[in-house]
Amino acid sequence: MCEILASRRIGAYHSLTFVAPELAERTEPGQFVSVAVGASGALLRRPFSVFAVSKHGPWAGTVEIVFDAVGNGTRWLAERTKHDVVDIVGPLGRPFPLPQKPVGCLLVGGGYGAAPLLYLAQRLQKNGTRTDMVVGAATSERVFNAIEAKRLSASVHFTTEDGSLGRHGVVTDVLDEVLENSGAEVIYACGPMPMLAAVARVARRRRVPCQVAVEEAMACGVGVCWTCVLPYRRKDGPANLRACVEGPVFNAARIAWDAIGQPLAAAPDDELTP
Amino acid sequence: MIMVDPGTLRADKVRLTVDLGPLELANPIVTASGCFGSGQEMHRFYDVSALGAVVVKSLTLEPRLGLPTPRMVETSSGMLNAIGLQNPGIDRWLAEDLPWLQAHGVPTIVSIAGKTIADYRHLAERLRGAEGVIAIEANISCPNVEDRNTVFACKEASTRDAIAQVTRACSVPVFAKLTPDVTDIAAIAAAAHAGGATGVSVINTLLGMAIDADTARPCLGAVTGGLSGPAIKPVALRAVHQIHQALPDLPIIGMGGVFTVTDVVEFLLAGASAVAIGTANFANPLAAFELLAELPRWMADHGYARVTELRGALQVPGGAPAGGTIT
Repeated sequence: MCEILASRRIGAYHSLTFVAPELAERTEPGQFVSVAVGASGALLRRPFSVFAVSKHGPWAGTVEIVFDAVGNGTRWLAERTKHDVVDIVGPLGRPFPLPQKPVGCLLVGGGYGAAPLLYLAQRLQKNGTRTDMVVGAATSERVFNAIEAKRLSASVHFTTEDGSLGRHGVVTDVLDEVLENSGAEVIYACGPMPMLAAVARVARRRRVPCQVAVEEAMACGVGVCWTCVLPYRRKDGPANLRACVEGPVFNAARIAWDAIGQPLAAAPDDELTP
Repeated sequence: MIMVDPGTLRADKVRLTVDLGPLELANPIVTASGCFGSGQEMHRFYDVSALGAVVVKSLTLEPRLGLPTPRMVETSSGMLNAIGLQNPGIDRWLAEDLPWLQAHGVPTIVSIAGKTIADYRHLAERLRGAEGVIAIEANISCPNVEDRNTVFACKEASTRDAIAQVTRACSVPVFAKLTPDVTDIAAIAAAAHAGGATGVSVINTLLGMAIDADTARPCLGAVTGGLSGPAIKPVALRAVHQIHQALPDLPIIGMGGVFTVTDVVEFLLAGASAVAIGTANFANPLAAFELLAELPRWMADHGYARVTELRGALQVPGGAPAGGTIT
C-alpha cells in the first residue's frame, strides 16, 4: 500500500507520484509496477512503466507513473488525489540492459512510451553516456514531457502526425538522419507496437542493436497467467515469451514481429482449445 | 516485495487438514490450474509450500506454443482467456519444473490435458513414480480429436474412458476437471467416478466471448475463450452443490471466482472438500496466501474447530430437492 504524494497532468497524460521507498530503491528503467484499481469495478491490476524515481529527499523515496486515462481503471486512478492510498506490486519485469561502455544511445518514444525512456536517459546520463531522443505522438499535447526530454538529451527530435510540433510524420521518418548525425550505436524504444515494429525494421536495416519495451494486455503481471506473450525467435526455436517476466524489454531483432497476433503454424489445432 | 511469514498461520488452534479420499492435504486452499504458473513465479511473494497443494498449469505430451494474442480481455466481474494450453510439454516439465517444487516441499498436483484418450494414458505413465506428485488432475475439458473435437467432459462415455486410462496407468489419486458447459454435471461426475477418479475438480471456465463494438471484431485472438472470476461463482457453487447432492461421498475440489474467505466457506458448505484459487491470483499475487491466513480466523469467529465440519453443511430450508429447482 502506497500513499499518493502528487497527482498532476502532464500534457494529455496523467501522472501519479507514490511514496514508496523500497520500490524507489529497486526499480530500474524499463521495469513496471501494477496497481490495483478494484474500486473502479475492474478486477485486474493495471501495469504502468515507471517514469521517475527519487531515492532521496524529504519523502525517503518516490516513484512516478504516467498514463493515459482511457478506461475505467485509469480514469479511476486519475481521480485519486494526494494522501489517497493505492495497492502497488513491483518492481516487475526486466529493465533495459545498459551498454557495457559509454556508447551513444538513441531513445525513441511514442506517446507516453517516452516516459520510461526519460528515466533511462537520466540513468545513462549518470554513466556519462550521450543520449539523443526522438519523441513522437499523434499531436503536440500527446508528445510527452518535451521539456524533460530536452534537458536530458544532446538532441531531441519531435514528430507529430498532425504536424503541430516538430516534423510532420512519425518517428521512423527521422530515424536514419538522427542515427547518422548523433553517431548513436544503440537504440532503445518504447511506444505502441506498430511503432516498435517500424523502429525495429530501421534498426535491423542499419544493423544497430535495439531494445524495445513492449505493451501487452496482461492479467497478472507476475508470470502466472500467460496472457501477455510475444512471439520470439529463441536460439532453440520459436517461443511465446511473457512480456511481464521475460520482458517487457526485449531484443527487437528476436521478436517475430510478423507473427504477433497470428496463429502459430506449429500448433494447428490450437484454435480448438479454450 | 512483501513477504509474509507462513509461521503465523500455525498459531491458530483450528484444524485445517482435509481428506480427499486417500489424499490428505494440510489445508483446503489449493491453486487452480493455469492460474499459478509453475509455482516458482509466486514464491517471490510467499512460501507456496504453505498451500494445501499447488495445481500446475496443464501439461501435454508435446510442448505447445499456444494461441495468438490477444489472449485476455476483462469482462464484467470476470475475464476471458484463450491461452491454448501453452506449456513446455510433460518431459521438460519433469526435468525442469518438478525438481524445484520437490526441493521446496510443495505438494504438487499435476494437471494433464490430452487430445485423444490414449494421450491421457501416456501422460499418466510419464508421471508414474514422479516424486512430490501427490495427485493428478485430468483436465478433460479439452476437445477430443477422435470425436469431432467434442470436449471429453461433455459426454459420460468419453469422461469415463479418459479417466480410466489415467487411473489404470498411475497409483496416485486422480481428479477429473469438469467443464460446467454440460446438461447434467452430476452425471458427468458419476462417469468420472466410474472411471476410477478419486474425485472431481469443478468448475473449469465457461466458454464465452467478447466483441469490440467499435471495430466489430472479437476481443480475443481465438474469438472464444474461458470465462473466470466472480462472474462465474454462482454457476460453480451450483455445480458443486449438484454433484455433492448426487454423490455425497465423492471428494470435490471446488473453484470458480473465489476471491474472499466467505467464498471459500460457501464452496465448502456446498460440498467441496478443498477450494482452488484461480483468477484471484492475477488480481492479487498474495490472494491464496491471504485466504489461507483468513480461513482459520473466520472459522474461530464462527465456532468451527475443524474445516471438515463445513463440508456440505449447507442448510436448505424445507429440504428443497437438490438440483431440481424449477425456474
